Amino acid sequence: MATTGPSRLRVKHQKDVTQIEFVDRNILDESNIEQIKEEIGDLVDKAPAPGPKLLISFANVDHLSSAALGAMITINNKIKGRKGQLRLANIDPQIYEVFKITKLDKLFQIHESTDAALASFG
Amino acid sequence: MARTEQANPDHARISIANKRDEIERAEQRLIAALDKHQYPDAAKFAVRLALEEALVNAFRHGHKGLSPDVPVELEFRVTDKQTDLAIEDKGPGFDPGDVPDPTLDENLTVPTGRGLLLMRAYMARVEYVGKGNRVEMVYKKP
Repeated sequence: MATTGPSRLRVKHQKDVTQIEFVDRNILDESNIEQIKEEIGDLVDKAPAPGPKLLISFANVDHLSSAALGAMITINNKIKGRKGQLRLANIDPQIYEVFKITKLDKLFQIHESTDAALASFG
Repeated sequence: MARTEQANPDHARISIANKRDEIERAEQRLIAALDKHQYPDAAKFAVRLALEEALVNAFRHGHKGLSPDVPVELEFRVTDKQTDLAIEDKGPGFDPGDVPDPTLDENLTVPTGRGLLLMRAYMARVEYVGKGNRVEMVYKKP
């Protein structure tokens, strides 16, 4: 793992689901985004196989950029490649609008709350 | 350190190197100008996002292969009616027609190419001028 500083994530495990929150309110800095991508990629690798289950909460996030969306897509591709499931939750309305504009609301399964996201795993 | 050639709360020209603290300082100066003219939170979110995307494009594509110390030039002017932004890099220029539509189903899983889409979604006008190394944007205050 080529992380460059302290973890950008808060991680907890509930049954077979890896739950992730971001430390940063703004996910804009390219090196931080790269680190987030690597850290979550490692969690996908370590999650119970087959079919890793990840839930990413945006509860603390005020701003993100298209580079952050790109990181989420890369993570989603990796999880799909392992026949896993990704859920996103607690997305602020302004940020949800970014997902809608980019039509990524069609790609990701997005839930209003962590509980709703947890209940949706197959 | 970012050089400020002209500064008042409404209008500034700022040279920004590819360093997070310089980008943040420039964004905060723009936000302060928006605050002065009582732009709502949604407007500040939109303008900041468009600026962020334009700067990322300028550094990542325009300045590809250049030192991170080579600055991008930002100019902004904020009034009660609108905000004008111009971001100019020292690269060879950019043709927005070359960017594939990232919202097509076949492109949804491609991780790049959404910056321009977001700029156009939030701004009233986005135009690449000259050889394509300068983007001018207008945001209309709601």
